[in-house]
Amino acid sequence: MAANLVNILMGGVFHAAILFLVAAGLQVVFGVQRIFNLACGSFYALGAYVGVSAVQAFTAAGGPPALFILPLALAGLLVGVVGVVVERGLLSFVYDRDETFQLLLTFALVLMLEDVVRLTWGTAPYSTSALYLTYGQVNLLGATVPVYNLIVIGASLAIALGIGWLLARTAFGRIIRAAADNREMAEALGVDMRWVYAKVFTLGTALGTLGGALVIPATAAMSEMGIELIVEAFAVVVIGGLGSMRGAFVGALVVGVFRAVAIAVYPELEMLMIYLIVIAVLVLRPRGLFGRVAV
Amino acid sequence: MLGVAAAAVLALPLAAPVYHVLLMLPFMAYAVILLGLNLLFGYTGLVSFGHALFMGIGAYTGAVLTTHFGVRSLELILLTAAALGALVAAPVGALCVRYVKIYFSMLTLAFGMLFYTFLLKFYRLTGGDEGIRVLRPSLLGFDLEALAKIDYLAGPYYYYSLGVLALAALVMWRIVHSAFGLCLRSIRDNPAKAEALGISIARYRWYAFVISAVYAAAGGALLGPPTGNVDPTLAYWTHSGNIVFMTLLGGFASFFGPVLGAFVFIFLQDTVMSVVPYWRLVFGALLAFLVIFAPGGLMGLFAGRRPGEVSRV
Repeated sequence: MAANLVNILMGGVFHAAILFLVAAGLQVVFGVQRIFNLACGSFYALGAYVGVSAVQAFTAAGGPPALFILPLALAGLLVGVVGVVVERGLLSFVYDRDETFQLLLTFALVLMLEDVVRLTWGTAPYSTSALYLTYGQVNLLGATVPVYNLIVIGASLAIALGIGWLLARTAFGRIIRAAADNREMAEALGVDMRWVYAKVFTLGTALGTLGGALVIPATAAMSEMGIELIVEAFAVVVIGGLGSMRGAFVGALVVGVFRAVAIAVYPELEMLMIYLIVIAVLVLRPRGLFGRVAV
Repeated sequence: MLGVAAAAVLALPLAAPVYHVLLMLPFMAYAVILLGLNLLFGYTGLVSFGHALFMGIGAYTGAVLTTHFGVRSLELILLTAAALGALVAAPVGALCVRYVKIYFSMLTLAFGMLFYTFLLKFYRLTGGDEGIRVLRPSLLGFDLEALAKIDYLAGPYYYYSLGVLALAALVMWRIVHSAFGLCLRSIRDNPAKAEALGISIARYRWYAFVISAVYAAAGGALLGPPTGNVDPTLAYWTHSGNIVFMTLLGGFASFFGPVLGAFVFIFLQDTVMSVVPYWRLVFGALLAFLVIFAPGGLMGLFAGRRPGEVSRV
C-alpha cells in the first residue's frame, strides 16, 4: 500500500518537474512580454526530438552510456537558441498590437513547428528507452524508483532555485522585474528593451526545450506531444497565477500529482479533474494562487 | 459582387467536378460557424479559443440522434443542436464574459478541453477516440436513402446546406445591423463609454456569446453527414484555433470576411495537401504573415485599410 502510494507520488513529482520547466518558460515570457506563448509546448517537443538525436549520435560515436545525460541536457539547452530567431524574426513585429494578434502568432508557430518536427523526424515515435535505467533504481519505502527520475527532479529543483536567484539577486533579474512592472519607465531609465525581450524569450524557450529533452528517456518523442503538453502547462500557470514563478512551481506540483493520482484511481477522470480545477480557479480566483496581475 | 457569388454557388453542382462540390460542404458548415464566431470576435472584441466545444456539441448531437434515437430529420437535428448549444453556452458564457482579452480566451479554452476530455474518456456514450457514425439524415421530410452517397451529398444535401447558410447569414445580417449590433460594437470600441450610456456590458456580451454558440452548434451539425463520422478532434483546442485563423484570413472587420476566409482556407488546404502533406507548415507561415503584415485579412487588402487601423480590436 505504502509502496504503491510512493510509486504514484514519485511518478507525479517527476511529471511535475518536467511541467515546471515548461511552465516556468511560459511564465517568464508572460511576466515580461505579456505574451501567452501557445508555442511553449512546441518548443518542448522540439527539445525532445533534438535530445533523442543528440543521444543517438553520442552513443553511435562510442560515448559511454553512463554519460548520456550530458549530450541530452546540452542539446536541450542549445536548441533554445531558436528562441532568439522567433523573437527577433516574428514576435518583435507585434509588440504594439492587440494581444489577440500576439496569441495568434504563437498559434502560427504551433502549426509550423508541428510540421517541422514531422518533416525532420517523421511520424514514428522516437525513444532512447534503453538508457532509462542506466543509473539503476533505488528502493524508496518499498517502491522502486528509477534514479534518472530523481536526477531530473533534482535538476528541476536546482533550476527553480537558480531562476529565483537570477530574478532576485542579479542585475539582469532587477531589469526583468523592472520591465515586468513598468516597461516605459525601464526604457526611460536607459534599458534597451529589445535585448531584454530577446534574452527573456530565449530563456523561456530554453526552459521548454530542456524540459522536452529531459523527459525523453522516460517516454518516447511523438509529434503530438507539444500540443498535448501546452494544455497541461496552461493548467499549471492558471492554477499558479499568470506570470508568477512560485505559481509555476506550486501549480506544476498540483497538476503533476493530481494527474498521477487520478490515473491510478480512476483513469476516466484524469484530465477532466485538472480542467475542473482550472475553471474553478479562473472563476473564483482569476489571478491564481500567486498571481498579482489584476484582471 | 454578392449576386455573382450567389449565382456561382447555385450553379456549381451542375458545372463543377463532384470533388469540388463535396469540398463546398465543409466550407458551408464552417461559414455558418464563422458568422457566429465573428459576432463575438469582430463585433464584440472577444476571442474565443474554445468554440470547438460548440462545434463538437452540434456534430455529436447529429451523431447521437441518428444512431441512438432513430431521429433522421435534419431540421430536428439542427434545432436540437442549436438548443443544446444555447443550453451549454448559457452557464459557460455567463462565467466567461466576466473576463476579457487573454483571460476570456483561456477560460473558453479550458471549457473546450473539458468537453474534449469528456468525449475521449466516456467512450460508452461517445465512442471514445473512434467517435460515432452519423447516419444519413432526411431533408425536409424526404427520405433519400435510395440515392447513392455522392448524389445525395452533391445534390440535395448541398442545396440544403446552402439554404441553411443563406438563412444564417440573413439572420446575422439583421442582428449586426440592429440596435443590438450597434451596442456590441460600442462595447468593443469603448466599454467604459458604453456602460456610461446605460448598456449592460456583461449581458450584451453574454447574448453575443450564446448566439455565436448556437451558430457554432448548427454549423457543427452540418459537418457530420458529409464524412459520416464524428470524433473528439472536432472539440480539440487546435480546431478552435483553426476557426479563429479562418476568421482572420478572411477579415474579421467585415461581415462576409469570415465566409471568404472559410472558403479560402478549405480550398487552399486541399490544394496544399495534394502537393505536400505538410499543410500546417504552409498555413502557419501564412498565419504569421497575416498577423504581421495584413491583420485585416483578405477583405482588409481589398478595402486597402492600413494594418494599424484594424489591429487594435
